[in-house]
Amino acid sequence: MLCVSVVTGVGFAQTPQAAPAAPAARFVVVIDAAHGGDDTGGHLSDGPQEKAATLALAVRLRSLLAARGFQVVMTRDSDATVSPEQRATIANRANSQACISLHAAETGSGVHLFASNLTPAAATRFSPWKTAQAGWMTRSLALTGVLNSALQHANVPVTLGRTALPGIDSMTCPAVALELAPERSPDKKLTSEPDNPDYQARVAGMLATALVEWRSEQGNMGARQP
Amino acid sequence: MIPRLQAVLFLILLIASLVMGAILFHMREKAHDRMLAGQDAAPTQAPQVAAPEQARLFVASDEDNTLRPLVYSLPLPSDPGARGKAILGKLLDLYSATDALHPVPGGAASVEQVFLLPAHGNAANAAAQKDSGDELAVINLKGSFAASHPSGLETETLTVLSICDTLHANLPRVTEVRFLVDGEVRESLAGHADLTRTYLTSDAERADVTKP
Repeated sequence: MLCVSVVTGVGFAQTPQAAPAAPAARFVVVIDAAHGGDDTGGHLSDGPQEKAATLALAVRLRSLLAARGFQVVMTRDSDATVSPEQRATIANRANSQACISLHAAETGSGVHLFASNLTPAAATRFSPWKTAQAGWMTRSLALTGVLNSALQHANVPVTLGRTALPGIDSMTCPAVALELAPERSPDKKLTSEPDNPDYQARVAGMLATALVEWRSEQGNMGARQP
Repeated sequence: MIPRLQAVLFLILLIASLVMGAILFHMREKAHDRMLAGQDAAPTQAPQVAAPEQARLFVASDEDNTLRPLVYSLPLPSDPGARGKAILGKLLDLYSATDALHPVPGGAASVEQVFLLPAHGNAANAAAQKDSGDELAVINLKGSFAASHPSGLETETLTVLSICDTLHANLPRVTEVRFLVDGEVRESLAGHADLTRTYLTSDAERADVTKP
């Protein structure tokens, strides 16, 4: 079934109800470093490509989460080309409790958090591949809220939105797309680019804190529910 | 050993397939030429001679990820497609200004065409939707616009939503929007916003993440 989905882009994603009942032993987080390989993403103001900035942030976040006892699954950990379908397939197979797609941009400021703009729908045994996220929208919005709270608590400007993003729309997990924009002073002057190591380390730390909070909110670790 | 009759039949079918293929190719080329000739000859209504009307534009701001409704007085043609093109042209002109809060190069020339078609919706309520008069707007953008659009989730999403909202505000029958770039389906605007899907004008109302 997954092969059909990947090759044709049309298929079905199995919702957790249909998955084997064996509960996951650890709290799984999927980190999706957007772009990679031939897909360079956007260009940041000071030269580097978006794919490099997202990978660097993903690696930082992975280290912090692993140190906190999370099981982390990466959609890529090198400069490899990974299609949106492959990203969703990796996330769906991981049986994860949180999926975070990392992006970087030169526009705006702070952190942009996006959930899918699919209409929330009741989870069914099989879901259309391109709208599989619809059954998880409530949980995705809840995860967005937790990330937003943690970032705002640390005085990072956050903008919230909904978007259509192929990888996220096919994920059967609480999924959020996070775009790291430049850090700016109150008078809008640029203080850090999205690829700045210190800036990335701070944001990664806040995300790790938020995911610890998310894990504690879940209560029943491993029991994934849309 | 293949019987002679089957071999002859196969040969006939093969020749028929090749002939039909050649005819189809020829017809496709002729249709394409006809379409291009029609475009060149199509009478265009100069917006300058039309009476100014109020148009409501939803102008994006990268600073706070919002769409701000602004009213402009524009000379608008009566044909709905040309009207949509003129309104979107004004919107993209605002984005190409030097002090734009959502800077995107290109301006009004970035909108090649706006077509209005009956909206299909999903198969279940297609008949009801046909009766309601809802329309699908197909917006054909220039490749240069997509190529020069800043890459990013926020900026691309704002462009798409502002176009959908602006069209719906001025052509209320438009409930669905599809995007083409140089007449063809493109995967994304500049690496993020999905351009393969049909956008519902209600998507913009859901853009606020705090509302489930």
